[in-house]
Amino acid sequence: MQHTKRAVATGVALLSAIALAGCAAGSGTDGSADAATCTPADGKVTLEFTSWIPGIEDVAAMWNEENPDIQVKVQTGPNGNSGTYQSFFSQLKAGNAPDLGQIEYDALSSFRVQDGLADLSACEDVVAAEDEFIPWTWGQVTLGSEDGVYGIPQDSGPMALFYRSDLFEANGIDVPTTWEEYKAAAVKVRAAGGYITNFSTADINQFAGFVWQNNGGWFANDGEKWTVDLTDDATTQVADYWQELLDEDLVSTYPAWTEEWNNAYNSGEVWSWNSAVWGANSIASGAPDTAGKWSVAASPQWEAGGTSSGNWGGSSVAVFKGTEHLYEATKFALWLNTSDEALTALNKSANIYPATTDGLNLASLKEGVEFYGGQPIYDVFAEAASQVNPDFVWGPTMTQTYADVSDGFQKAVTGQGTLLESLQSAQESTISTLKAQAIPVAE
Amino acid sequence: MSMLTLKRGATADDLTPRGPRESLISRGAAMLIMGVFTLYFLTPIWWLFIASTKDRGDLLTTAPLWFADWNLFENIGDLISYDGGIYLRWILNSLGYAGLGALLATVFAGMCGYALAKYRFPGRELFFNVVLGGVLVPATALALPLFLLFSQVNLTNTFWAVLLPSIVSPFGVYLTRIFASASVPDELIEAGRLDGAGEVRTFFTISVRLMTPALITVFLFQFVTIWNNFFLPLIMLRSQELFPITYGLFAWNTQLNQIPELRTYVLVGSFLSIIPLIIAFLMLQRFWQSGLGNGSVK
Repeated sequence: MQHTKRAVATGVALLSAIALAGCAAGSGTDGSADAATCTPADGKVTLEFTSWIPGIEDVAAMWNEENPDIQVKVQTGPNGNSGTYQSFFSQLKAGNAPDLGQIEYDALSSFRVQDGLADLSACEDVVAAEDEFIPWTWGQVTLGSEDGVYGIPQDSGPMALFYRSDLFEANGIDVPTTWEEYKAAAVKVRAAGGYITNFSTADINQFAGFVWQNNGGWFANDGEKWTVDLTDDATTQVADYWQELLDEDLVSTYPAWTEEWNNAYNSGEVWSWNSAVWGANSIASGAPDTAGKWSVAASPQWEAGGTSSGNWGGSSVAVFKGTEHLYEATKFALWLNTSDEALTALNKSANIYPATTDGLNLASLKEGVEFYGGQPIYDVFAEAASQVNPDFVWGPTMTQTYADVSDGFQKAVTGQGTLLESLQSAQESTISTLKAQAIPVAE
Repeated sequence: MSMLTLKRGATADDLTPRGPRESLISRGAAMLIMGVFTLYFLTPIWWLFIASTKDRGDLLTTAPLWFADWNLFENIGDLISYDGGIYLRWILNSLGYAGLGALLATVFAGMCGYALAKYRFPGRELFFNVVLGGVLVPATALALPLFLLFSQVNLTNTFWAVLLPSIVSPFGVYLTRIFASASVPDELIEAGRLDGAGEVRTFFTISVRLMTPALITVFLFQFVTIWNNFFLPLIMLRSQELFPITYGLFAWNTQLNQIPELRTYVLVGSFLSIIPLIIAFLMLQRFWQSGLGNGSVK
């Protein structure tokens, strides 16, 4: 498993290196692409849009019906990191990228660094739409720049605490509101024969979500150079915290979304999960026997009375450089991610949790959820969405960073090394990867 | 095992060593090892079959290697009707890519290998060595260059993008050359020429028959290679109507978090997708064996 990961990561790194080398060589074609301006085309336009969201074809069909002059052709594929990003890079290199593509927030920087994205700030509609979005999601698509906009936020993954209310109650354990209480609860849960949660070594995104909640930051970009700091104070605090839980055998370490993982939740071995809004669906599908026994509360805080939330996941719709229809593309992307009809359809078909403030109040997100004992759980997430720190920035080589951290984490859970050491070594390899790709690093 | 040999060595029987007795033990050991490996290879297929017969709840909660409620036909029905029957489309695509691709690859490799074996022309060895070098280049390394080439001629995201690269089989050329020089006598070709048959006719009426075992082997190898080829479709294809089954199932598998019922479809779909491969092997193995047998009798 570990070896496969490594191999995949190396493969991806190699291929992106090849793609990069090619980009440098073929930069002559870039000049014409820059000319795209945000003006409507004369006649009928057909846009290509690649996305892996289930049911996206039906949502596009709704648009096509209302907009005969701007037709959208949807293409699908696997999840971004599982192959679609790879083909975006190939297509960008070959000069036949689609007009629009779905890109997760943590991957946007790598497309930006390779000069693959159109700057949408040329379009008035886009600039005007900023107020409609939850502030931190907008921060994810401006990539820390002053006035550039490199995508339209699509969904968000604010985090909260899923917990087995029946087990907590039966054992007289209060729902923890701080991480300190969470640890105390973990001891009690362990005494009762369970684990309070599962620490997954493969999902560095979850760990990043914890760091995000603690106002940590791994990357910064001053417009020219990248600063990398995977071991700032906030990260160190989070790493030390989980290291303690691991050392004292208070958390389980199943790989996420495997049969064992499902089974651990389904059988009541694991009692809680501090996860993103879409985790609601993972639990409901992975642990069907526990229906009605779960509840959702706000994430535990580092300080009593704090109101800070992390985020795990979320994606944007970006327009690729080279499109001849910037105006039409942004029109569609805005409709897709701000209109009630599109957001409702996306939520229904793929549990997409909107990135607009109005979207959080969709009728479908106000209902009680049967699996969670009828609790209107999305109210908790709507609250959390407003508490996410807007300044968190992803780096341009996240695939490699994730792979390195994950390798280290896997060793750490078996007692070799610590979480913090993994982050330190990932920091070094991230800097050398950036340098190898000729991306400037501030030392 | 050595214990057994020692014990046996102590009996009087051993004074007159007899071959068959000795082989009984080594045969037993061989059978045991083969039995273990058979189990090793068949268990995943058994698990896949069992998993295909369960509904989503039972999959997680019941014993993984034995039946729960029998839901196979419901599962197949759901699989086939999901997303407008895209699964059947993928099966057809795979059969198209693998069947047609393997057929063309076999014809081309056969003609090329035959020509290299039977005709003398300048640069023959050089040409053969270049082809042989092609065996060493992994298909994965070629995918990106191929994508750029196909982009130039606007053939990406078409049926041709996967079919055309699949009809090249350097290994097939190598195999058919070796086989043709061993199994097609020059005298027979001479005889054909004397009777007035053209080179093309000689090849298709006489030589192809003699080369059948090699050609079947090439076909089988290429069929499986194309069927399993994953990276090329991943790079080339964007429209799911063009996906082969492997890539389609993979795409579904990456969406499990969003649509949990896909788990069942991926399992049932994987199970059904190995059936054509099994059929191809069982049917073609017959020709293959009989062909090899013919050769030895001759």
